Amino acid sequence: MSLLEIRNLSVEFETAHGLFRAVDSVDLEIDQGEMAAIVGESGSGKSVSMLALMGLLPWTARITADRMNFDGQDLLTISQKERRKIIGKDISMIFQEPMTSLNPCFTVGYQIMEVIKEHLGGTKKELEARAVELLGLVGIPAPESRLRAFPHQMSGGMNQRVMIAMMIACNPRLLIADEPTTALDVTIQAQILELLQDLQHKRGMALVLITHDMGVVAETAEVVNVQYAGQQVERQNVVDLFARPQHPYTHALLSALPERATGKRLPSIPGVVPGLLDRPTGCLFNPRCQFATDKCRSTPPALHSKVLCHYPLVDGKPTNNHPGVSSQGSSGQEALGGNV
Amino acid sequence: MAAETVLKANNLKRYYEIKGGMFAKGGTVKALDGASFNLEAGKTLAVVGESGCGKSTLARLVTLIEKPTDGELVLGGFDIGSAHTAEEKRTLRQMVQIVFQDPYGSLNPRQKVSAILEEPLKINTSMSSAERRAEVLSMMSRVGLRPEQADRYPHMFSGGQRQRIAIARALMLRPKIVILDEPVSALDVSIQAQVLNLLTDLQEEMNLAYLFISHDLSVVRHIADDVLVMYLGQPVEHGSREEIFSNPQHPYTQALLSATPVADPSRKRERIKLVGELPSPLNPPSGCTFHPRCPLANERCKAEMPKLAPTSSAQVSCHAVAEGRN
Amino acid sequence: MSQVQNTLDQNETPQTEAPKPISPFRQQMREFWFYFSENKGAVAGLFFFLFVVLVAVFADVIAPHSPIEQYRDFILIPPAWQEGGNAEFLLGTDPVGRDLLSRLMHGARFSLYAGCIVIVISLSIGVMLGLSAGFFRGMYETIVMRVMDVILSIPSLLMALVLVAILGPGLRNAMIAISITYLPHYVRLARASAVAESARDYVTASRVAGAGTWRLMCITILPNCMAPLIVQASLSFSTAILDTAALGFLGMGAQPPASEWGTMLAEAREFILSAWWVVTFPGVAILLTVLSINLMGDGLRDALDPKMKRS
Repeated sequence: MSLLEIRNLSVEFETAHGLFRAVDSVDLEIDQGEMAAIVGESGSGKSVSMLALMGLLPWTARITADRMNFDGQDLLTISQKERRKIIGKDISMIFQEPMTSLNPCFTVGYQIMEVIKEHLGGTKKELEARAVELLGLVGIPAPESRLRAFPHQMSGGMNQRVMIAMMIACNPRLLIADEPTTALDVTIQAQILELLQDLQHKRGMALVLITHDMGVVAETAEVVNVQYAGQQVERQNVVDLFARPQHPYTHALLSALPERATGKRLPSIPGVVPGLLDRPTGCLFNPRCQFATDKCRSTPPALHSKVLCHYPLVDGKPTNNHPGVSSQGSSGQEALGGNV
Repeated sequence: MAAETVLKANNLKRYYEIKGGMFAKGGTVKALDGASFNLEAGKTLAVVGESGCGKSTLARLVTLIEKPTDGELVLGGFDIGSAHTAEEKRTLRQMVQIVFQDPYGSLNPRQKVSAILEEPLKINTSMSSAERRAEVLSMMSRVGLRPEQADRYPHMFSGGQRQRIAIARALMLRPKIVILDEPVSALDVSIQAQVLNLLTDLQEEMNLAYLFISHDLSVVRHIADDVLVMYLGQPVEHGSREEIFSNPQHPYTQALLSATPVADPSRKRERIKLVGELPSPLNPPSGCTFHPRCPLANERCKAEMPKLAPTSSAQVSCHAVAEGRN
Repeated sequence: MSQVQNTLDQNETPQTEAPKPISPFRQQMREFWFYFSENKGAVAGLFFFLFVVLVAVFADVIAPHSPIEQYRDFILIPPAWQEGGNAEFLLGTDPVGRDLLSRLMHGARFSLYAGCIVIVISLSIGVMLGLSAGFFRGMYETIVMRVMDVILSIPSLLMALVLVAILGPGLRNAMIAISITYLPHYVRLARASAVAESARDYVTASRVAGAGTWRLMCITILPNCMAPLIVQASLSFSTAILDTAALGFLGMGAQPPASEWGTMLAEAREFILSAWWVVTFPGVAILLTVLSINLMGDGLRDALDPKMKRS
């Protein structure tokens, strides 16, 4: 049985302009000790779906799901009190901005001990010993003296390490990392990613990495979920995803990476992610898809062996009786590049 | 040499004095400590480094927002130190413009797109309002915006479109040099490619020189002609793109390259691990500022500051490279 | 590049079409109303305030009597529904026989007038000082802000009293005095926003384009600082009315026979026990007006402050 199982999760927000569906029937399944990544551009609902799992969304959000199980417990039906016992202990989450995720008024040591006390308890001495141990574990030099440091006295990378120490304090079974390295420098990013991978291997916890950076995904994840405009469009293991993307969006996204470019011009994806007011009919990706047909413009696709597309790609070519690439071929796509 | 050198920096320095308070000691922050480079029309020089390396200070100097503490800065043949009259300063200013990282903060939320684009012309030229309007519309179509979008406010545009507006604003005065301060790092991958393509097109069309400031090496590798790697206010390596990426010499450049994630899961590689954090610029290490994190450091590195010296391929500032210890 | 231009018209993707040709101002107003109308109290406050404004504007037409005419035969007549009341004087009369309802209606003029003038004076001077302090920084900022601190450290009513004592009593001087006591709030707000906005990239971009000091301050930065100032103005409008009334009550504001609400209260002080209506109605008028403006100000803050908005 998988550690976390989410079926058909949707999140809707009430806004000034009407109902906005930020997450649209997303499935997620993670086994013990697995490293999964959720990739998508801004507005793809990747953070929102995880925040919904954590119960951290504002009251304007409406969350519906067929199933949301963690370790055999149904998160949809349990009480707030029981939920709080799981969240923060068995499931924890780290965020993008290490500087704002820590409370600037308290010392680092106090904040770590607070978490341990809340969930596990212990005497002051035990708490302190455990905090020192944790800080050492995440690679902070001279952990004893750092206990009394305030967040503003440390760098962003150090603060992110403290966040990680805090979040693994209660030995979580599942750690959700929401863009944990986006605000950090490249060399520090490498250190943090290595630390996360290391902790995951040593402690056998499951890790969900939310990111927009394809490079980070390629270097860390085992299984990848690609999300677009709130929908999950593809799910594959990492090697296959990068070698043989099946959804046209994944395919286009990968070829838009500067490091994969061959010429001076990059093959870009025209247009932007649809917002609240401009949702297309049929497949949500069809206005930007180079393979879109009339069927794509009228009928929303169903999940096709883990790919949300009428014509999943094989070796970059659409299958499933695709009527053939229309007038705008691959060169047409490139010309489109200028038009946001 | 056919291409015109539009930007020449010679030993450019910018120090900030930090006033001592009741409990804090004062000091000097050497935000930029001796940068030298040339930039030709139609070329792109990428300045690479982590936060605090002096990239943004360099941008502020070249855009004339701040004056250098020391050193020579020549824009299109004019030494900025010799510009005294308002007319001369205006000429210099029109030569260099900037595009910022954050497309949400760089456009005035209370101004329409047309007003934003018109502003540089209003201040610097004596065009009539009809002429200005025509200029605005032609620039908008150049960067891929539609004329009817001129009367909208910035908040009605997506991040990529806003960055197009920011680029259009930078080009309104027909500058020779454009500073691109992390122009795509706030954008999504698919939009990033669109904006990079636009920048490439505009460079070819208008023969622009780009000073491309970035921390993303995969983007730099795509767009740059020359690369300047900076660490703690000092250039550590300067060479052509091919040389820097295929044969990095300085240990910091090597570490930076190996730390950049590559979107290829089948390629597992050995990372050069950099220990520790960036030191405080208020109290930089003695000798080579990189020595506390450097795997090749020895006693000489701790004592003596290396100078940028030519090697077989690029210019490198490192004792280990000079001595052949690497 | 020409490629880009050519493809522009042909490849219009449908979703770029989406923002409908609705003017940005109407769009903003619609959004503003959405958030404002969420707050029911604010809407009620708005309607009551509009009612007061209408009464003040048309006081000459709708008031049954002149506010200063003394009906010597009808001194201290109770409200119409009480025993001994007279239908001609709905809310009764005061100790010299003036119609209370008419005086209240005309009094609304004084209060709103005083509120408006105070806001205009303190807002304009405060914004000027605060904006320049936040923009130029340095010694100038220190001097301006310390002077404001001094003003803040004196109780506002006491300060106003002292100023009126120096300038001489009267509505005009009372308004000037109150404006000065309100100045620090505006200066501080304007300075804080100006400091924050000056650091933004769009200001730097204007600077790089060569914008001068005046242009940077008034065209680039000022419009972006207005939201918190508008909220502050709407909230201090009510305090200005209160303070004007207080000064009137102390005999330092509007002078008799003006029907200013505070002055009316002062005149009727001695009849609190014998004729409750002469003190109660001006008091209730002040209370309701101030309450409605405060409610409205809360709604304004909700609607204008982006932090209060939902995602």
